[in-house]
This record gives sequence, C-alpha cells and structure tokens, in this order.
Amino acid sequence: MENITKEMFTPVSTQDHQVQEMVFDTGATFFKDAWKRFRKNKGGVIGLFAIIFILTMALIGPMLGTHIYNELIAEHIDLPARVPFLENFGIFDGSVNGFNPYIKRGLTDIYYWFGTDNLGRDLWARVWMGTRISFFVAFVAVAIDVVFGITYGLISGYFGGKVDLVMQRVVEVISGIPNLVVVILLVLVLKPGLTSIILALMITGWISMSRVVRSQTLKIKEMEFVLAAKSLGASSFFIIAKEVLPNIIGQIIVMTMFSIPSAIFYESFLAFIGLGLQPPIASLGVLISRGYLAMLTYPHMVTFPVVVLSTLMLSFNLVADGLRDAFDPKMKGF
Amino acid sequence: MLKYITKRVFWSIVTLLIIIFILFLLLQFMPGTPFDDEKLTEAQRIIMYAKYGLDAPFWQRFGIYLKNILLEGDFGISLALQKNQLVQDIVLPRLGISIRIGLQALLLGTSMGVVYGVISGANKNTWVDTITTFVAVLGVSVPSYVFALLLSYFFGYKWRIFSITYRHGMPFWSSILPTISLSMFVMAQTTRFLRTELIEVLSSEYIKLVEAKGVKRIKVIFRHGIRNALISVVTILGPLTVTLMTGSLVVERVYGVPGIGDLLVEGILTNDFNVIVMIAFIYSALYITMNLAVDILYGIIDPRIRVAKGG
Repeated sequence: MENITKEMFTPVSTQDHQVQEMVFDTGATFFKDAWKRFRKNKGGVIGLFAIIFILTMALIGPMLGTHIYNELIAEHIDLPARVPFLENFGIFDGSVNGFNPYIKRGLTDIYYWFGTDNLGRDLWARVWMGTRISFFVAFVAVAIDVVFGITYGLISGYFGGKVDLVMQRVVEVISGIPNLVVVILLVLVLKPGLTSIILALMITGWISMSRVVRSQTLKIKEMEFVLAAKSLGASSFFIIAKEVLPNIIGQIIVMTMFSIPSAIFYESFLAFIGLGLQPPIASLGVLISRGYLAMLTYPHMVTFPVVVLSTLMLSFNLVADGLRDAFDPKMKGF
Repeated sequence: MLKYITKRVFWSIVTLLIIIFILFLLLQFMPGTPFDDEKLTEAQRIIMYAKYGLDAPFWQRFGIYLKNILLEGDFGISLALQKNQLVQDIVLPRLGISIRIGLQALLLGTSMGVVYGVISGANKNTWVDTITTFVAVLGVSVPSYVFALLLSYFFGYKWRIFSITYRHGMPFWSSILPTISLSMFVMAQTTRFLRTELIEVLSSEYIKLVEAKGVKRIKVIFRHGIRNALISVVTILGPLTVTLMTGSLVVERVYGVPGIGDLLVEGILTNDFNVIVMIAFIYSALYITMNLAVDILYGIIDPRIRVAKGG
C-alpha cells in the first residue's frame, strides 16, 4: 500500500472534462446506424457484391457474349465451355471426358464461354437471360407478398380482438397446408407460365411476412408513443403509417431478403418437376432441369446455371443474415 | 393439458377437411381431362365420364369422395399412370421408401445439426464458429437437388462408390445418397437455430449464476445450456418436414427412387388427378400430424406455451 504515492495522481483538468462531454457524432439515423453495423459483416458485404455482380450480368451479360441466346446452330450442339486465354491452362479448353469436340469438328476459332446446349444455343447468353427471368419472378412475387403480408399483419395486429381472431384462423388453416401442395396444385390448375408461377409464389409467400408484422405490431402498439399519439387524437391510419410501420421496417427488410432466395428456389424447383416456365423463355430452373438430363456426358450444361443459382441464393442469405444482425443490435454480441 | 390437446386435435381435423375440399375443388379446374386421347369421340367421352362418375353434380361428387376417403382410404382409380388400378394400391407401397428416406434424413440432419450447433454456439466468434456458420448458411442456401446432383455425379459416376440410381433389393445402400442430399438443409437449419438459442441461453442469468458458482464450462454447456436450447429446436421440426417433402420430390427424381415424390411428379406430367390428390393429401396429413405432435410435445415440455394458448 505504501507504494501508492500522491504523485501518482493527477487532477482531472476541466478541459478533459469538456472534451469528454462533447458530442462528436452528428447522430446516426436508424439506417445509417444499421449500415455501419452491416459493413462490418464480411459475409454480408461479400454477398451484397455478389448480388450486384450477378444482377449486372443478368442485365448486360447476354450482350457481352458473341452469340445470341435463342440462335440454334446445328453444327454447334453440345459444345463444352471454352474461354480464350484460360484454355492455355487446361481449364475451359473445350474438352470433355477426354476429348475435344471443338477440334474434332474443326471449330478452332469458335469460343463458347459456357458452352452450348443440345440445340446449339449459347449457354452464356442463356444463363444470364435465365438469371434475369429468375430475378424477375422472384422480385415480382416477393414485392406483391410483402405488400399484402404487411397490410394483413398490420390490420390483424393493430385492431386485434375479433378481427385478429378471424384473420389468424384463416392464416392458421392456410399455413396448415404445406406450401408444396398449394404451389403444385395452383400451377397445375392455371397451367405453367410466368403469371401462374408468380401467383403461386405470392399465395404461399405472404403468410410468414404477415406473421412477423403482426407480432411486431402487437409489441409496438403497447408502447407509450403510440398511446401519446392516440391521446392526441391521431387516426388509426396515421398511427399505423407513422408510428408502427417505421418501427418494424427493419424486420420487414430482413424478411424480404429471406423471401427472395426462397422464391428463386421455388421457381427452379417447379421447373425441375415439370411445372416450370414454358419455352421460349428459360429461367435458371429450366436450364438446370434440362441440363441435368445430360449431366454425365456434358456436365457443363448443368454446372453453370447451378453455380449461378447457388451463388445467388447464398448471397441473399448472407445479406439477410447480415441485415438481421445489423437491424437487431441486441444480437450484435452474439 | 387435455383441453389444450383436444383443441389442437379439433383444429387439425378441421384443417384436414378443408384441405380435402380444396383439393377436390382445385381438381375441378385442372386443365386437360384424363380422356384426352384423340381417338375418343364425344359420345365415348360421355360414356367414360358416366362410368367414372365424373358427370354428377359437384356436391354429390364431393360427398361420395369424402366418404370414400374417410371410410375406405379410397382416392379412386388411377386415370393415366396405371389405368383402372386403385390409387391407394399404387401410392401406399411407395410410401414406405419415402418415409424411410425422410426419417433418415431428419435423424441424420438433426443429430449433425445439434453437434455443429453446440460446437458453434459454445465457441461463438472463434474460427470454429465462423467455419460452422458458413457451412450452415451454405446448407440453407444451396437447394437439395444441387447436393443430389453433386453427390450422384461424384460418388455415383466419377468414383463409383455408390450406384447412381436406386437399386431394388438394396434399400438401405441405395438410400444413402438421397438421405445425405436431403439432410444437408436439415443439418444447416438445426445448426443455425441451435447456435442462436444456445448463445441466448448461455448469456442468461441462471447460467451466470451457475458459472459464478464455479462450475466447469463444459458442464455448464452440457448440463444447463443444451437442455434448454434443445427445447426450442423442437419447434422447427414442422417447417423442416415440409422442406423434406419438397426436397424428396426432386431428390427421388434425380436418383430414381420409387417413392411417392417421384410418383407425384409422374402424376403431374400425366395429369393423373387422383394420384396427385392422394399424395397431396398424404403430405398435408403428415405435415398436420407433425405440427400437432410438435405443439403437444412443446406444451408438455414448456408449460408457458399451453398457458399462453389457453388451456
């Protein structure tokens, strides 16, 4: 104890005190704050870049290639992937199972980056066109079920009582039916096509969104600021739009991000079981379901769409995970 | 508790009846008829309709239909796949193999998921956790048919360890690859869920108390942590069942497994309504039973649930 002398202590200067109390930050908005946390999540950032890359390729990819996506060239059927420069390293050199159809058929100047399918169509262009279609289906379906799910959840949660009881019974019965059954039957009835697939995805997709929104609404509506708004005479619509919705937007965004890969998956799943989009439009799912038939002899036909699809789903899940942690700081330490 | 169970059973039955009705209703709007053969004349078609009772009024047909299903398990006859055979004679023999693969996948997936989840959750934010979390997100993202294609290409074709398609007479051997393909998602989902739960449990007050008492970390995790985290894993069994069914359709297709998933796809491709309906019904019934079992089980394990749900 004797070791501690008076000299070891210095008085706290008033200046230091001021510095400590000064506010440096301009204050972060909810989204800025979330973005700051999201940026630290490596997986999420990588996922975001991958999505941006794939989305860009879906938009401009088909134009970058040297072939058109729906052009049938009989002499060019079943060609494996061949990329200039890379072929010198023994990969993407156009050979499959130990032989090279490019050389055999005398097509030494021809390059198909992802190869061709059994009708001689360029897979590079088709994969990116397919990605575009898959994106379109997923975005439209998710957009509709987000809007519907939010509305349903808000009404059910906010008004409560009998309204909630009836609405939740409906949800209970619908969710008692496996999605699989609903989607298959609906697409069967309406005939496979863009509209029927989107509709089927939409009908099954909104339930989980409405559940999340409802449970959050139940929590928010008991808060003091809602009571304050109510006592000031705010209308239900105002409270829902200005008090409840902004407070649950984080969860909504996270749910949306989780719905997109699930919609992309369901679309490809339907294609696989013969309920996919009909030619001439081809989604990633359609390409995979065609490609896998020739998987053993020409693995390239299924590899490229599968890689794009899996990367896309993985990226969306990574971003969704990142956003969930970013919007929910409680989870931060976890 | 009894009241709670009765209530849940009642609602499950109501849901099932509604499902039968919806299935029947949707079938009325199916495009194409089972008698699409161009050689049939209009008169012949009418005779065919009368023979199979397809010309009676809607409610009458539904009444007969419901009675047949509930009393005899009779979903009618196959209209295209194996003409004039009872649907149940086609579907039921195939049910076993699907359920077997499904249960194997569920068992393998959840047990692996529990192991990974515990390892990951107990070592949060370490490199072990990072790897496990990444594997789990991979398993959740990549569709089961992609795993099926990969496994059949490498293990079945390249390295010839397993047969590439289903072999009759070797049910277990043939079910290994489909089981693994299906279990990936289950494993991943269980891992993710258990990890979050375990971390939450481990940071709770009573765990802090146990730790403060000086109990060893490993004992804290096994005695107190896992036990409470596992309870909530029960709740994801319902959604996992649906994923397994969805996956089984494509996985059975890839491996040529003679199960009901493959049969459903065949039914879809040939417009065999009755086969589709019976399998859809089986899927729904399985799902509802699973949810019911989970709810009751959860009510027994966690008393707070049955109080909250009124009973």
